[in-house]
Amino acid sequence: MNKFSKRILFLALAFLFTLSFCTILFAEEIKIGVIGPMKFVQGKGHWNGAVLAAEQINARGGIKVGAERMKIKLIQADSNEFLSITDATNAMERLMTKDKVDFVVGGFRSEAVLPMQDIAMEHHKIFIDCGAAHPELCLRVARDYKTYKYFFRGTPFNSKYLVQAAFIHVGTVAYMMKKYLNIPKIKIAIVAEKALWADPMIPASQGFFPKMGMEVVGVWRPSPVATDVTAELSAIQRSGAHIIFTVFSSSVGIPFARQAGELKIPAIQVGINVEAQKDGFWRATQGKGNYVICSNTYARGVQDNELTAPFVYAYIRKYGEVPTYTADTYAAIMYALKPTIEAAGTLDSDRLVSILENRVYLTPSGTVKYMKDAEGRPLHDLTFGPGFLTGIATQWQNGRLVGVWPYHWKMTPQSPEVTYKGIVPMKLPPWMYKAYKK
Amino acid sequence: MNLTIDIIISGLINGSTYALLAIGFSLIFGVARIVNIAHTAFYMLAAYCIYVVTQKMGLNSVWAMLAAIVLVTLLGMITYKFLINPIREHESAVLIATIALAIIFQEILLNVFTGTYLSVPALIDGYFTILGVKVFYQQLLTFCAALLIMGLLWALLGKTRMGLAIRSTAQDREVANLMGINEARVAMMTMGISVGLAALTGAVVVPLTIVEPHMWLSPLIMMMAVVVLGGLGSLKGSFIGAYILGFAEALVVFLAPMGAFLKGSVALTVMILVLLLRPEGLFGVYFEEER
Repeated sequence: MNKFSKRILFLALAFLFTLSFCTILFAEEIKIGVIGPMKFVQGKGHWNGAVLAAEQINARGGIKVGAERMKIKLIQADSNEFLSITDATNAMERLMTKDKVDFVVGGFRSEAVLPMQDIAMEHHKIFIDCGAAHPELCLRVARDYKTYKYFFRGTPFNSKYLVQAAFIHVGTVAYMMKKYLNIPKIKIAIVAEKALWADPMIPASQGFFPKMGMEVVGVWRPSPVATDVTAELSAIQRSGAHIIFTVFSSSVGIPFARQAGELKIPAIQVGINVEAQKDGFWRATQGKGNYVICSNTYARGVQDNELTAPFVYAYIRKYGEVPTYTADTYAAIMYALKPTIEAAGTLDSDRLVSILENRVYLTPSGTVKYMKDAEGRPLHDLTFGPGFLTGIATQWQNGRLVGVWPYHWKMTPQSPEVTYKGIVPMKLPPWMYKAYKK
Repeated sequence: MNLTIDIIISGLINGSTYALLAIGFSLIFGVARIVNIAHTAFYMLAAYCIYVVTQKMGLNSVWAMLAAIVLVTLLGMITYKFLINPIREHESAVLIATIALAIIFQEILLNVFTGTYLSVPALIDGYFTILGVKVFYQQLLTFCAALLIMGLLWALLGKTRMGLAIRSTAQDREVANLMGINEARVAMMTMGISVGLAALTGAVVVPLTIVEPHMWLSPLIMMMAVVVLGGLGSLKGSFIGAYILGFAEALVVFLAPMGAFLKGSVALTVMILVLLLRPEGLFGVYFEEER
């Protein structure tokens, strides 16, 4: 090969290399902001779920937008919302103005998600909430649709339904106690952390438990970050409670479960305890959180539908733990955004909203159908009930987190019985048998 | 009657933790006029140290406790030597430097361990029942440790040459220096004892709590309240102030369960009320500049 040909070959190779580099560099991407408290388990769940979805979608060539395929690029935003709501709003502002994302998924504390929601709406970006439960987030959509229509709830269902599901779990436990321990009148203590999302649950619980034939013996409101609750537990034991209805999303769920288990308080804990949903709970309570029952979304071996197991086991393979509900960023990207974008053939938010709000679609935790309020206005909130989203209840049984509800559950006497695959019966702590069995 | 017993026992237990922390803080303030805001951050470091030794290295809790106390005490003395001593004459600079130090510790731990809630096993597992109230052995240990530490400090300050040097320095640094007492060394030793007490508190309290990078903040507020209530620099004041606030907290939980989250605020209100009546605190120490 002469010198001239070598030069031509070199130039051709350089051109091809530059071309391919530019193609990669300037290829169209869909930017999705993932916002959450990234140094905490909740934020890690947000990020991990989103990464899993992005990897799976990108491995299949990306999302089809009209004629072209676009890959997903995730942008992580640490909201630090447990410590500073200002940090959370700054993180959302950065996603909008600096990173110029197309969509946002995540958020955890209602107190932080409310102002974050305003920022995303101002920029007309679809924001799928994957953590906050306060009803106000969706009531805003109904009240001011033009401003808030870009907001959708991804998980969990709103606190009204969270508490409804938890009441059903309490009812199941109360039935067991009457049956196996012959307790004619169940006494129940309500213990709710002092937080905005928990506030509406107190009057609801106080009103509803007596209708279920139970006696409310007291309400305790510890700080969400309390580390010693022995005084509260002493008072609860004195009250003679058989069931402790817990409403915890913060760290207090750990010392409460640990100290109640260690003191063998003869009452079973049922309700919401976000810390008890995690694989690390057993270790964090030094094994004292046995028999704690909590509302949950996923558990090993439990299948709501055909999408549950592939997601749960892919997540376990990649991260070594069961996903918690904030990892539903996976469903938000994979089952809410991707099919909607492909159906619309555009990234235009208004066009996507009009398609997404009318879709009924399957996710690993159930079927999503967005609700409307009593006046028929879109809420972009999640429908609760058999055939849609019900959640599950899990219980710690000797170091294993197992699914215990829905187990032969009928929403109404006429409804069909619901039992998800892999659900096992609940168990009462042995010290309760010792305390109450005559 | 049952309620009274509950309140007494809870108050004693709450107060013991605050007493352990406040005595150490008060000691270094009384002797060297150092407001060590990082005091509870050292308590947090001890907690993490115990977590690493017991959960990561799989060693016994007693070894973990000893390792935590020794390592954290050494770190405290190093901190004094290189961070606090050079700026000691400027009290506000010390205050800011120790706040920065605590935040540095917090951020390092947050990056290494993330915000995951961790825990360690109890040194003595289980509980006993006293007058119908269940009490953890670990809580009893905390209570006994508070009494023991108070006794040991009393013996150290009152019966030893070192104690005499510490007391002299606390009364008048310059005169103590003129009398041949190496004031800088006394301050460093006192810092060691103070941080050692924070580490000991961490060691006995950590099985009752959760280990996380912000665990230093809540006890810091209560500890400051105890010290101000008892009188800055007074060990006796800190000890008694700790139990007053411990009882105030217990009263809130038992008498107003719906307001249990307010127990910290109520304790701080008690502090303010006492200060309105006695601005120097219950057992305030007057320093030479104030005389």
